[in-house]
Amino acid sequence: MAENSSEMHSSGPIVSRREALQATAGAVALAALPLQPAAATSSPAGVSSDIAVAMTVNGRAHTLIVDPRQSILDVLRETLDLPGTKKGCNQGACGACTILVDGKRIVSCLTLASMHDGADIQTIEGLENDGELHPLQAAFVEHEGLQCGFCTSGQIMSGLGCIAEGHVGSPEEIQFWMSGNICRCGAYPGIIAAVADVAERS
Amino acid sequence: MKMNVIGKPLTRVDGRSKVTGKARYAADFNQPGQLYAVLVSATVGLGRLTGIESADVEGMSGVVALITHRNAPKLAYLPHKAVIDPAVGERLHVLQDDSVRFYGQPVAIIVADSIDHAERAAAAMRITYDARQPIVDHADQQVARIVPGTGTADRSRGDADAAVAEAAVKVDEVYDIARENHNPMEPHATIAAWHGDRLTLWSKSQFLMNEQAEIAAVFGLPVDNVEVICPFIGGAFGTSLRTWPHVTLAALAARHVGRPVKLVLTRKQMFFTTGHRPRSLQRVALGATPDGKITGVIHEGTGETSRYEQFTEALTAVTDYLYSCPNVRTQYRLAQLDTATPNHMRGPGEASGIFALESAVDELSYKLGVDPIELRRRNEPQIDEAENKPFSSRSLIQCYGLGAERFGWVRRTPEPRSMRDGRLLIGMGTATATYPAFHAPSSARVRLLADGTAEVEAAASDMGPGTYTSMTQVAAEFLGLQPEQVRFGLGTTDYPPTPSHGGSWTMASVGSAIRAACLEVQSQATRQAIADAGSPVFEASMEALEWVDGRLRRRGDASPGLSYQDILAKTGNPIEVDGSAQRDPETAEKYSMHSFGAVFAEVSVDPDVGTIRVRRLVGAYGIGRVVNPLLARSQCTGGMIGGIGMALMERTVLDVRDGRPVNAHMADYLMPVNLDTPKLEALFVDEVDPHVNPLGVKGLGEIALVGTAPAIANAVFHATGKRVRTLPIKIEDVLTA
Amino acid sequence: MFPFTLEKAGSTQVAIAAAASGARYIAGGTTLVDLMRDEVERPERLIDINRLPLGDIRVEGEDLIIGALARMAEVAADENVKRLQPLIAESLIEGASPQLRNMASMGGNLLQRVRCPYFRMLDAGCNKRTPGSGCAAIEGLNAGHAILGTSDHCVATHPSDVAVALVALDATMRVQGPQGERSFPVEELFRLPGDTPDLEHTLLPGELIVEIRVPSGPHARSARYLKVRDRASYEFALVSAAAVLAIEDGVIREARIAAGGVGTRPWRLRACEAALGGRKPDRQAFEEAAQLATEGVRPLHHNAFKVVLLPRTIVRALEMAGEVA
Repeated sequence: MAENSSEMHSSGPIVSRREALQATAGAVALAALPLQPAAATSSPAGVSSDIAVAMTVNGRAHTLIVDPRQSILDVLRETLDLPGTKKGCNQGACGACTILVDGKRIVSCLTLASMHDGADIQTIEGLENDGELHPLQAAFVEHEGLQCGFCTSGQIMSGLGCIAEGHVGSPEEIQFWMSGNICRCGAYPGIIAAVADVAERS
Repeated sequence: MKMNVIGKPLTRVDGRSKVTGKARYAADFNQPGQLYAVLVSATVGLGRLTGIESADVEGMSGVVALITHRNAPKLAYLPHKAVIDPAVGERLHVLQDDSVRFYGQPVAIIVADSIDHAERAAAAMRITYDARQPIVDHADQQVARIVPGTGTADRSRGDADAAVAEAAVKVDEVYDIARENHNPMEPHATIAAWHGDRLTLWSKSQFLMNEQAEIAAVFGLPVDNVEVICPFIGGAFGTSLRTWPHVTLAALAARHVGRPVKLVLTRKQMFFTTGHRPRSLQRVALGATPDGKITGVIHEGTGETSRYEQFTEALTAVTDYLYSCPNVRTQYRLAQLDTATPNHMRGPGEASGIFALESAVDELSYKLGVDPIELRRRNEPQIDEAENKPFSSRSLIQCYGLGAERFGWVRRTPEPRSMRDGRLLIGMGTATATYPAFHAPSSARVRLLADGTAEVEAAASDMGPGTYTSMTQVAAEFLGLQPEQVRFGLGTTDYPPTPSHGGSWTMASVGSAIRAACLEVQSQATRQAIADAGSPVFEASMEALEWVDGRLRRRGDASPGLSYQDILAKTGNPIEVDGSAQRDPETAEKYSMHSFGAVFAEVSVDPDVGTIRVRRLVGAYGIGRVVNPLLARSQCTGGMIGGIGMALMERTVLDVRDGRPVNAHMADYLMPVNLDTPKLEALFVDEVDPHVNPLGVKGLGEIALVGTAPAIANAVFHATGKRVRTLPIKIEDVLTA
Repeated sequence: MFPFTLEKAGSTQVAIAAAASGARYIAGGTTLVDLMRDEVERPERLIDINRLPLGDIRVEGEDLIIGALARMAEVAADENVKRLQPLIAESLIEGASPQLRNMASMGGNLLQRVRCPYFRMLDAGCNKRTPGSGCAAIEGLNAGHAILGTSDHCVATHPSDVAVALVALDATMRVQGPQGERSFPVEELFRLPGDTPDLEHTLLPGELIVEIRVPSGPHARSARYLKVRDRASYEFALVSAAAVLAIEDGVIREARIAAGGVGTRPWRLRACEAALGGRKPDRQAFEEAAQLATEGVRPLHHNAFKVVLLPRTIVRALEMAGEVA
């Protein structure tokens, strides 16, 4: 992808977004798009110019034409058929949509896909390895770190971030650093145990 | 009865699908050609729509349709009432006229080709109103308190008012609990797709059978034309018991545009039309002798409801049976406000009612100088004195014993402000929890396959307690199979009907139906074996045979016996049975059936800045048989965490000027986060209840929350000497302490 | 969300030129995207500044320099920050959530908009969002609002935690704009609402925060941040206080105190500081000084408790700082 991404704006909907979205199978889609460099300011005020972004999701390369307004969360769920990442509040206030972008845990609801050209994204769907659960996934089942399961994807992705950051020295430390993920069922004791268990083993 | 699978701490059979993101919730069922709908919510609290500027919006990028009352079809809205609908009043009819009954009422739908296009168009809508002043403050003196049109609003035995008036020691106080919203992690969502006059709904629901029946009634369709699918629920706590207007609107929009439509409520809209725990105002007056015998109890409670429906809950019911007392008077009233109709929220009326009663009992214990547990012991009834019936089982005193021991109640010094940890004030409090052991008629299907495994189906739900797992255990138990040999399916109206997934009756109701179906399957297998000339049990009498660990043999016979595979090999056909179960009416008439528990809380209060933290919670419960102790403990500790929210955080704050919930945001409606989790322990006393149902289970989803808030409030008093009679208890409430 | 065009700045000059011609800067987006979704913010042009080389955290002489694009989490975890200015790390991790701290930049944190619920609701009067539309909070629900620095037009509090610490530490900031570069105290970034609550800060059109400079001093290590709130984490402050003490020979040589959650901007409490100079660091001195914090308060219907809570929070923060000292 070009480093100067201001050149990536298309001047108009040469390929409709829906068509482009259907052509997301691989990087080849980008080459097929007749993108024309244009200064973004040439777009009429108040009109979004769709933007091409390349992102790797769970190891697989995608090239997408996105409405600049689209969150990574909506792109995952509505475009890439990866609904494991959940929309709990769409306000950055619950953590259900937590994913790893370039290895860091973030909330995908407040993250615009258009600003993340070249991003390496990991979601819950990418954790299994050849049908083997990731140890943290297995620990969530073993320790009852879930009930309804809706916050679970975000909890696990956040737990991976928490472990990677090294904030797992004690149950209290885990609690502090896992407080960006609300679990309304109150499965917190199991979540703490699961993260502690895996942190100890890794 | 010896159990092999029931009682085992199995991890969740659906755990893998949940930790891999493969479990699909309503909004995850994207359909080919699907469009996106966004609701437009009224911005006045009462009045009429006078103008809708739609031309600009309809021409906006990606917009396919704008639907308001002006172009919406008239819907049939045939009469329909389910057990979870208020008995008095009529549901909100959406987009059928220009009236606005409450702030946030849906007044338009935008359908567009993307979420962003739909949301933009919804924001661009310009609607004008002829607004009037709504009344939304429960405490407003203008609000009439009405007697509910159904149910037992008032109960009385003896002369409570005289007894309280004459009592040597009295407590007479008013308790105020804030409105709460369920705020499950999963927002309400419905994807609607029509095929001719047949409708499929992938919709978040705790009551699939009713959603099917209600939507059929709303659209004037045969019930069988509607299919509802919901294999997973992202938490609900009662909010998905009813079928709310957005389900109708999703179906209406899909029909309007002739394509599947997905409608997901915003978090803000989750505060408008999907029910809430009503704010309650309660007076509790207690009279007692100096040695701590309660002589009179008065409990008067008022809950909120809307103008168009009378939502009722069991606000004062616990007071009728919790204590032994000859003079008890309870009264329940409704305040009709310009809000949406409330609905059940975890531990509904009991959780609110018991906060008032158990706070008052705690207050009485200090006035008497009697230990709170001892006070409860002295007033423990032998029977349900309101119904004049024995309890099917009641282990409250055992719960207090077990809980007190694990909690270390003996370390508590009785005097308020007498315990400290460093500079922090420490308080210990306790309260009783109770909830009825309900049971509703249910059915279930069991299909024993020739390979010896079984498929079990019921139109039940799993909002988190572990229905998938516990029902698998029940089926495995009564078929004599291993849990791995049973596949349990729920979440579609194609399966046999069940009651709503609420009221802590799922295991009692659906579990009993599965048991019945399994026993019938086993009986049919026995008859097949008996009829098979090649079988070693050919022509044996049923009584001479027994099933041991899934194998049929003659009683006392040491041979391995016949497996299901052996028996079914003859025909190669599965055995399929639709079973059903309901509570025996005679037993129901004979016994008073409730769960009981004792909750213990330890809190710290910062004497300078008033920060209240729950440090420990111990709950001891008598809930009959525990089907899966791992899941049961988890459900209980989760309920206790919910109780922390009720005690210290949760409130939906309305601006009385227009009825708007001001904190309709996940960052402003506080719920416990991980760091708020105290040390938690859930204990179960051994309790055998042969009367409640054949499984002997009493349910625990609700009781897990009931009792926690008063235990915490009582601990806050013990820590600070400041009695707070409003929930949630906030920093400012204890600052002056 | 209102449609917008997105440009990506390859250089500071390009970014400033775009902003000078009307584009809005966007970095972490945790405030802006949230408000754009509610259409409280409706920028038509965004300039993505995340690729600008402004994320460094370094030490210059005795001063700590924090790049404006350094993320809250990076700053909180930085060894130099923890060593030289632990107050900054402490105040940072008390804010938001781990995920949001991984996203939000320091510059964006200082410029975050208020949490007043009426500001967020397009159908409510808010002079900050829509000048002249009135303030729904003054006669509405205002338990979370300010008691200091309010006007008849706006009573919203500034929500940042780390800004309180930076103001207490006399941090300065360097900005670049179309007219060149300038530096000024962080405290001067924030305007009082007065009769123009829509104007929140003193940046000139097109100006970009480049870095924050925190001077070191003998006080820096004896500094604590106390955030008082109803739940243990992931909540904005009811009241917070940053307290900094330089103690020599058992006597307070210098004190710095700033408060959050009470003012329409991060609130430096110089009268309290002055009252502590030369005193022994004991509870009595702290309490007497803290009483001065509430001079000039204007409580509203629901937030009078902050008048009680503010001095108590200061006392506790001072005690905590004293324990470090």
